Amino acid sequence: MLVRFFMMLREAGVPVSLGEYLALLEALKARVAGTSVEDFYVLARTVLVKDERHYDRYDRVFAEHFRGLEAAFTGPDATALPEEWLRKLAELTLGPEERAKIEAMGGLEKLMEALRERLREQEGRHQGGNRWIGTAGRSPFGAYGYNPEGVRIGQDASRQRSAVKVWDRREFRNLDDTLELGTRNIKLALRRLRRFAREGAAEELDLGGTIDATARNAGWLDLKLVPERHNAIKVLLFLDVGGSMDDHVRVCEELFTAARSEFKHLEYYYFHNFVYETVWKDNHRRHAERIPLVEVMRTYGPDYRLVFVGDATMGPYEILQAGGSIEHWNEEPGSAWLERLRQAYPRHAWLNPEPEERWEYVPSIGVCRRLLEGRMYPLTLAGIDRATRALNAR
Amino acid sequence: MSNPRFTGTERYVATGDLTMAVNAAVTLGRPLLIKGEPGTGKTQLAEEIARSLARPLYEWHVKSTTKAQQGLYEYDAVSRLRDSQLGDERVREIANYIVKGRLWEAFECDEQPVLLIDEIDKADIEFPNDLLRELDRMEFYVYETQQLVRARHRPIIVITSNNEKELPDAFLRRCFFHYIRFPDAATMEQIVAVHFPGLKQELLKEALEAFYRLRDVPGLKKKPSTSELLDWLKLLLAEDIPPEALRAADGKAVIPPLYGALLKNEQDVHLFEQLLFMNRRAGR
Repeated sequence: MLVRFFMMLREAGVPVSLGEYLALLEALKARVAGTSVEDFYVLARTVLVKDERHYDRYDRVFAEHFRGLEAAFTGPDATALPEEWLRKLAELTLGPEERAKIEAMGGLEKLMEALRERLREQEGRHQGGNRWIGTAGRSPFGAYGYNPEGVRIGQDASRQRSAVKVWDRREFRNLDDTLELGTRNIKLALRRLRRFAREGAAEELDLGGTIDATARNAGWLDLKLVPERHNAIKVLLFLDVGGSMDDHVRVCEELFTAARSEFKHLEYYYFHNFVYETVWKDNHRRHAERIPLVEVMRTYGPDYRLVFVGDATMGPYEILQAGGSIEHWNEEPGSAWLERLRQAYPRHAWLNPEPEERWEYVPSIGVCRRLLEGRMYPLTLAGIDRATRALNAR
Repeated sequence: MSNPRFTGTERYVATGDLTMAVNAAVTLGRPLLIKGEPGTGKTQLAEEIARSLARPLYEWHVKSTTKAQQGLYEYDAVSRLRDSQLGDERVREIANYIVKGRLWEAFECDEQPVLLIDEIDKADIEFPNDLLRELDRMEFYVYETQQLVRARHRPIIVITSNNEKELPDAFLRRCFFHYIRFPDAATMEQIVAVHFPGLKQELLKEALEAFYRLRDVPGLKKKPSTSELLDWLKLLLAEDIPPEALRAADGKAVIPPLYGALLKNEQDVHLFEQLLFMNRRAGR
């Protein structure tokens, strides 16, 4: 029975090995855990899972294996349903007449109610088959797809609150972020950005210096030490999570994963379509936790290299006009904020996942390139290579 | 098994899953890797295990310049070289210049000790890889004296990490792992009760509310954690602040007295003051 559990964990991408499996059996034999499922859940997690980012996957596999539930790995979460998702679902599922009818019925609030009701019913229908809702692959929530967490529909916890198990609560959802596929090439391209510098405590023997000093000392030993070399590069990454970025989610995730492991000083922020006065760090809480750009500029000094990742595909007014943002009213045009960032970080580049040959047909890309004085590069290996050269230029 | 079980101490509240993780690691003799937000008591855990099982504790605090070898032993070649120039007799015996590290000391202990390797992520990226055999077989070889050092009793090893670097897979495979989550309000009350038994209920309630409100402020660089809360409570008690001072009459956040114990950098304090200002303006 545990062999299947073990195989399922591996399939779900939790890196477990034979050694850990044997350790779990050993622990069971040694009677470390009691006989309850909760004890076993905690024990197996301690032994098998080595990273809190995998806790969520473990929870899903555990639920699936021990209750025969089919995990909906890509569906959205009915308990934490974002408002926009509902809005977009409304646009998608309701025709114009229906929408007019709903307007008449009492506007958006009612509509939301109706939709929630609908979702609940839908879950009820599928419950017989022990399945969760699997609306996977629908584009409405694609906008959030970039967010490592994704958006999923799980079971409605309120329906059975009394019996919610730990693994069903899935409290570690926010921590899952890995994607290790084809990132090696990108890592190698990024490696060009490395800058080694000697800083910190002097602890490496400076052979040349020692010989020199000893000779000057007439043969009396005089040791000289120098600090070790470290990669001292600092990178500030701004990532677009706008709707048009959906097609590029994969390549962006690859870039992000590679960059994360390659640089010690990497800070990242998200924006939607274009940079305005605020950015955010957590897509789930993008409306609650916005960070003023001024604060970002104050926090990270000009020695950081600034890299934007975005397709720059939007209406040109979104860049050039005050109030042009599609999400909120911005007092100043995005171009002003871009200019401020360019001033604050003289070494910057924009990586664009759109193919380079298409750039000239999209006016907003043209505008953006002009603002950046040509420092836009395609998000390909060659493009990253060119961008790193530009970032290294003084 | 006749192994003693760890259940938390009178000074340390351990949740059920944490005690399970500790007991599993103790029983099977594997190192236990502990992660979690700063200030959730990772380092203290090792001290409390040692205290509750009545075992000696060896601490090895890792810095960015620490090498794995330093935990085993160091060969002080420089002083031997100097002694040779001065014609000291000690120079003939190489063992005189071998300095034992924390791991060696723990291996030599007469009873099963607890060994804490603190903040392993601070060290060089190769550091954990250099300890694989030592943690696995609990032995190492001293090349200078051709001597094999083997642990008399497999130490209980607790390793803490703040996630500043990814740890290598081969290393993780040899460890058990537990992530200490930030305590919820109920656990927090227990923790506070353990540290300040006589605390007035009112003050505790108000303080906890103010504390969780502060943690919810978006964009803080360093959210206050358990240890900061405990420090702050200590200050509140010392200054004899009445509970009313923590409560906002109109339901809005007031700036908590002695907030320096909770917010640790000027950007956060600045942000907080700004938010308060905006709040007040909006409330008018």
